Amino acid sequence: MAKSHEIVEKNIGLMIVFIIFAISLAGLVEIVPLFFQDETTKPVDGLEPHDALALEGRDIYIREGCHVCHSQMIRPFRAETERYGHYSVAGESVYEHPFLWGSKRTGPDLARVGKLYPDEWHRVHLMDPRAVVPESNMPGFPWLADNVLTGENTGTKMKALRMVGVPYTEIDISGAKAAVEGKTEMDALIHYLQNLGTVLSFKR
Amino acid sequence: MNDMSNFWSGWITFIVFLNIFGCLWILWWTRRKHDDDVAEGEELHHSFDGIVEYNNPLPQWWLMMFYATIVFAFIYLALYPGLGSYKGALGWTSVNQWEHEMKKADNRFDRIFEDYAKISIKDLAKDPEAIKVGQRLFGNNCSLCHGSDAHGAVGFPNLTDTDWLYGGNAKTIKTTITGGRTGNMPPMAAVVGDATAIKDVAAHVLSLSGRKGSGDAATGKTKFAPCAGCHGQDGKGNQAFGAPNLTDNVWLYGGDEATIITTINHGRSGAMPSFKDRLSEEKIHVLTAYVYSLSK
Repeated sequence: MAKSHEIVEKNIGLMIVFIIFAISLAGLVEIVPLFFQDETTKPVDGLEPHDALALEGRDIYIREGCHVCHSQMIRPFRAETERYGHYSVAGESVYEHPFLWGSKRTGPDLARVGKLYPDEWHRVHLMDPRAVVPESNMPGFPWLADNVLTGENTGTKMKALRMVGVPYTEIDISGAKAAVEGKTEMDALIHYLQNLGTVLSFKR
Repeated sequence: MNDMSNFWSGWITFIVFLNIFGCLWILWWTRRKHDDDVAEGEELHHSFDGIVEYNNPLPQWWLMMFYATIVFAFIYLALYPGLGSYKGALGWTSVNQWEHEMKKADNRFDRIFEDYAKISIKDLAKDPEAIKVGQRLFGNNCSLCHGSDAHGAVGFPNLTDTDWLYGGNAKTIKTTITGGRTGNMPPMAAVVGDATAIKDVAAHVLSLSGRKGSGDAATGKTKFAPCAGCHGQDGKGNQAFGAPNLTDNVWLYGGDEATIITTINHGRSGAMPSFKDRLSEEKIHVLTAYVYSLSK
């Protein structure tokens, strides 16, 4: 017994087994049960998967790194709900692969930016943020207005998402190309933003 | 987690206790000296790259701190929700903490807004305290489009001048904030005519605010009829449709010739969102007073 630690110290394979056991305890308790809770796996009432154009907009959001400066996660604190609206709940993210909650806010949270501003505001703001918000340090994204989407891969993306549980129908998938083709990246991104977090509302 | 099954609740509880008792066991196991054949404080007979180890037990103060964390774990798990579906003696959840925070704020601030709601907008606009409150609401809800100084931007009206699209009296401002507005000028190119005709109409529009365009204003005037439906024959606009006054040289999208021609060709649309589902009536009342105060 007295020298039993030597067995572990000198047997790297056994040590790996023990280390994996030790570090998996937290995951087994904090993560694994969440895979089986209704609260985290069932969509909130009224939640719809992103339509074809919003899905393309979401990919542009990721490509341009919007999530690096903007979170999509309103925590249940008064300071946050006063500014951004109803706190985020897990059931709003069940169709998000990957989720874009983020952990850093250089810009404001966007979890409930949908319908908050008119489309035209987003258009002006994405071209040159300082045209409407002189204090802003956000870069402009004018090329989004020039890039036209072909919709070539939209259906395939939807199929991939369906494999991980997003309930796209055959009609959604077959109509994806037509819904996206010819739209600019700007249209897609604005359409995506205007759909964010509109399921839950909160009046102050 | 309201609907956690017994299995997962048991799973979590079991692993949590396994972890705590595992820590206790490791502490108990390692607290003694390492080698019975070597006296305490003497060197152990092994070396790794020249580094040797003494046969010392764990320091007492450090052990006590470790035991204290284990005691803390039991107290914490008794008070707060940590063991599966057990809610904890305090009944704490992140949502009820938030609700408590909100209630505290409502108790403090609702009275203020209720008192303000009893005062007419015109009088409230003269109350410096109310205006300060209104300015905060404006900063949070309106400044993104209208600017933090309310001077607006291209496409978003300046609220500090006396030119109003829908009217600047207290009641109309309140209606605008509550219900939002949708402004829409259709593309007029097809109705007005060819490029020359559009240039003439633009010249007429420029002449309304005393300026000159490259087209013929007199001809443009005869072709202004389709525009007059909303903007009026005299171009003074119509607040019922939010049709801008074209004679005052205040421009929402720009008043140079090129911009006016673009506007005629492609039309314009603007939208102000509705705030009735975002802000209480009392807050809209204070906000109205603030906006009303801006142009007085």
